[in-house]
Amino acid sequence: MTATTTDNVGAPILVIGGGISGLSAAVEASEAGHEVYLVERNAYLGGRVVQLNKYFPKLCPPTCGVEIHLKRLRTTPRVHLLTQTEVVGVAGGPGKFEVELEKTPRGVNANCTNCGECVEACPKERPNDFNYGMDETKAIYLPYGAAFPARHAIDFDHCDRDSCGKCRDVCKVDAIDFGGKVETETITVSSLIVATGWKPYDANKLEELGYGKFKNVITNVEMERLAAVDGPTGGKILRPSDHQAPKVVAFVHCAGSRDELHLAHCSAVCCLASFKQANYVLQASEDATVRHFYIDRRAPGRLEDFLQELENNERATFVKGRVAKITEGADGAVILHAEDTLSGQKVEFTADLAVLAVGLDPEAKDAGFPSGWLTDEQGFMVGNSSSAAPGVFATGCAKRPAEVSACVKDATGAVLKAHQIARRG
Amino acid sequence: MSDDIHVFICSGCGIGDAIDVDALGELVQSEYQVKPRIHPALCGEEGVALLAAALAGGGKAVLCACSHREKCDVFTIPDRFVSRVSLREGVAWCQPAGEEDTQMLANDYMRMGMVQAQKYDVPQPFDEEIADGILVVGGGCTGLTAAAEAAAAGREVILVEKADEIGGRLLKNHKQFPTKPPYRELEEPVIIRLIETVRSSDLITVHTGTKITSIDGQPGQFDVKLETPSGEVAFRVGAVVQATGWKPYDATKLEHLGYGLSPDVITNVEFEEMAKNEAILRPSDGKPPREVVFIQCAGSRDQEHLPYCSAVCCRVSLKQALYVREMDPDAKAIILYKDMRAPAQWEEFYKRVQEDEGVFFNKGDVTGVTVNGGLKVLAENTLLGEKIEVPADLVVLATGMVPDAADGEAIRKVGEARAIIAKNDSPVQVEMANQTVEEFGHHEGTEILNLNYRQGPDLPALKYGFPDSHFICFPFETRRTGIYAAGCMRAPSDTLTAEEDAQGAVLKTIQATNLLKEGYSVHPRWGDQSFPDFFLQRCTQCKRCTEECPFGTLNEDARGTPELMPTRCRRCGICLGACPERIVSFKDYSIDIVSSMLKAIDIPDEFDEKPRLLAFFCENDAYPAFDRAAALKTRMSPWIRVIPVRCLGSVNVVWIADALSSGFDGILLIGCKSGDDYQCHYIKGSELMGTRSSNIKEKLTQLALETERVRIEELSIDEFDRLPEIINEFAGEIEEIGMNPFKGF
Repeated sequence: MTATTTDNVGAPILVIGGGISGLSAAVEASEAGHEVYLVERNAYLGGRVVQLNKYFPKLCPPTCGVEIHLKRLRTTPRVHLLTQTEVVGVAGGPGKFEVELEKTPRGVNANCTNCGECVEACPKERPNDFNYGMDETKAIYLPYGAAFPARHAIDFDHCDRDSCGKCRDVCKVDAIDFGGKVETETITVSSLIVATGWKPYDANKLEELGYGKFKNVITNVEMERLAAVDGPTGGKILRPSDHQAPKVVAFVHCAGSRDELHLAHCSAVCCLASFKQANYVLQASEDATVRHFYIDRRAPGRLEDFLQELENNERATFVKGRVAKITEGADGAVILHAEDTLSGQKVEFTADLAVLAVGLDPEAKDAGFPSGWLTDEQGFMVGNSSSAAPGVFATGCAKRPAEVSACVKDATGAVLKAHQIARRG
Repeated sequence: MSDDIHVFICSGCGIGDAIDVDALGELVQSEYQVKPRIHPALCGEEGVALLAAALAGGGKAVLCACSHREKCDVFTIPDRFVSRVSLREGVAWCQPAGEEDTQMLANDYMRMGMVQAQKYDVPQPFDEEIADGILVVGGGCTGLTAAAEAAAAGREVILVEKADEIGGRLLKNHKQFPTKPPYRELEEPVIIRLIETVRSSDLITVHTGTKITSIDGQPGQFDVKLETPSGEVAFRVGAVVQATGWKPYDATKLEHLGYGLSPDVITNVEFEEMAKNEAILRPSDGKPPREVVFIQCAGSRDQEHLPYCSAVCCRVSLKQALYVREMDPDAKAIILYKDMRAPAQWEEFYKRVQEDEGVFFNKGDVTGVTVNGGLKVLAENTLLGEKIEVPADLVVLATGMVPDAADGEAIRKVGEARAIIAKNDSPVQVEMANQTVEEFGHHEGTEILNLNYRQGPDLPALKYGFPDSHFICFPFETRRTGIYAAGCMRAPSDTLTAEEDAQGAVLKTIQATNLLKEGYSVHPRWGDQSFPDFFLQRCTQCKRCTEECPFGTLNEDARGTPELMPTRCRRCGICLGACPERIVSFKDYSIDIVSSMLKAIDIPDEFDEKPRLLAFFCENDAYPAFDRAAALKTRMSPWIRVIPVRCLGSVNVVWIADALSSGFDGILLIGCKSGDDYQCHYIKGSELMGTRSSNIKEKLTQLALETERVRIEELSIDEFDRLPEIINEFAGEIEEIGMNPFKGF
């Protein structure tokens, strides 16, 4: 058996979403020989993972693995990257889809050298969505320090364009373009990999938990930015009310997840994310303590070790019980009200900071995809084995809440399904 | 083709403000007799056109502009070498403008780039014939899926199964828990359909009752020999998917839970078989049980047994509780658990089982099972210390999954120890070998792949026996190129995720063979066409390269001389770093290239009071962190000259010796984090540099130099705030120690 196969690579593969799943799918497909369109809504790649401070269980920075992906991407001619682009129409079927794309103007063209002089010149500010609105950037901004493409963008909702023009005046390479319009383009692809990922469940809907009402109730995704060295506090976890380091931190698991009124599913990663964030707190201060309010602590496989390690830390405690309500105490303290289901007792616990482990809400349900694509009741798409529609393969958190490693693995599998169609040409 | 070197200097992004680019250009001309082109924005259309035009007829370029990590889209010229000199991040953004030291730094980086270009040789890609058939090892759910999916992608597959039939553990499954919306109903096992697909494929050859006798060679050229019931079969494949699955944890070790003490204490695997046979009956009296108690984590999440969670047992017990209820609407199922783990959409399934009024859940730590005077499960409520007793007709232990894999490195250790014992040369060695046999002896005879690899006949295993190399970012990358682990041998999985895993592993085999046909390396140095060359006349058979290669690239002949298997190589350069005789080199990365680069740096004499520090930075972590610190315009010592390396493990001690004898005052080596939570994408490069540090200290002592002159640090990519501190602090310390006395010699 020495015969070799010549893969007819056929039409390109479209990957929708440039988070860790889409990025993985794009590089794996390109290295298998395929031409790829990688379409991302944001101005940069990396999605939710680059907003994370560390991965569990190694407590290593996500940008390390992303750097390798980007290194693979930077030099391949096979991936066509389209940022600030969304899919607005899909026609055709496996082997030949016609996909209509809509590209929002970036305001900064490819001449940009990322020198940063425009940022210094810009007089206007905008809320920094990369830091979940906890600080501001200028209206012309680099999404984050290691952003790829390493090119600035203008938030036109906060820019005075020609009537200001300061960024254009200082730019030496003619990169500023205030006049861009929304452009549409139709591409032909052989199959689609949907890697649209997730957004954090809207904590404002969890009225009893006091988010938005009490300053010291924050979400887990905000906690990631507070812990990150390039976050709004330079990596110091400070509570919003008084910018002091919290000594007692409560983690509210399943905030909106496993709850018929909010997200019926288990978001699969929040337990481990909360354990990870407990590590941030415990490592930052030797006299800090953490308490977890949980229903079940879900740490599958070898990730159990990560839970065990935290359980062995006497500064970490666990209460089995859902937090029903959070109220405010003196000096910005937060009071958690829960029922301890083991003892049947009602408990009250006072903390300096409460972190809501909000769940994963699938983006795909609001993406305006064709109604024929199969989703479950929560809006997750049906996966790659039994595809959402012929030639349409969902992967990563678009189909199931999952941690990073599972997403990478799954994205690689989705590429195989796309490869099978592409090689038939 | 011309060997000319074309030099370009960009003055944009503040480079022209910080550095006198005209003076730099004059230096290029006087030292290298090349007339450089200076441009205000090289990455613009005009600059890129200049570069393309210069290289159209051949030659190489030295591009003094931004970091090699920036603007790759426009500065990558197919089939041409472009040496990137980082004047922007490396100089202009981290140094004060217009100073003499700033200019000297730029001059040195330019010289390093020039030398790199002069020494660069075009890699010759591997161009032998590449087979692309796939060997699938294991005929369970994962292996069958892999075979079917590979065939659907047009690949020839040979599937090997040790049992007499394919289907694996799932053949004994009654039902499987839901895999599709609304995630509430049990499904028929997928395995029957999978077996049919595999049996009907023209591209798949199945060998049951078969063992692998040997696998020789390398990716694209694996020569496999099988021992089948009808004799030996030999063939060549390009890549391997190992899907050897799992076995249930040995329940005889769970006597404290009553297993073996009462016939009515059984495992979940045994219960499944009863359900499959439609005979859920108590083994003791053959009567249908009325109360079935499921003990979760029986031997799992338990330091005495399996410390990890087997991920599926909670859902399996939920499924089996429904079997109890289907069998008899009046029967009860009681599930005693630590945490119910039904992740993602399986929450729906959990809810559906909770809705069943005959299924009861109780959180508690099971402390034992009594078998005399009626079967009872004893449990303790952890919080209150309250003891409970649950009477049972039948107890089902939810035992976990043990990977059915072999630990190649452990097998090798025992083999080597046995050889030492047989040789019986030295009592000390024999004693140590006996200890090794005691520790690893149980691995003998567990071989599965029988690879002819110097580092062992199977994949190396990590914690708990699962083979895996980098389980967050690159879950398929084992330490043996072209061999991909999938399914439950890689991580405890349900059938759905095992199928997805198989798909991913198959894609990796296709990708590996397709890349080999193009002469390219696989991940993470995709596109690299170079291979290490070994100048074997000078080899002393010290075996460091063959031992230290993380990917088992090198075999050994009888004398211990390395035998290169090029397509196993991942181009990290660790062999180059390991070799004390300096006989390993890549065309584009070698002892000579780096030594020449560091020797090109101008060393001011000791009275100038300008120390020189040389830094080797891991190209994936420390170097990007350096770029990012520079982008924040953080000031860094002007004494430092940075050389990015493929891996810190590729740093040869001779570079350090050369640097010291050239008059460098200090050497800073920064790799990624090592240890259990290592971040090295070559597994152990950073760790190896740690172990080589004693050689370095020895070298320093021999030269009568302070050991503080060489510092090794570990740094993550996100510690760009700490990096300038490390550099500046090191510079301060070297200034205190004083100048290297070898300057000027």
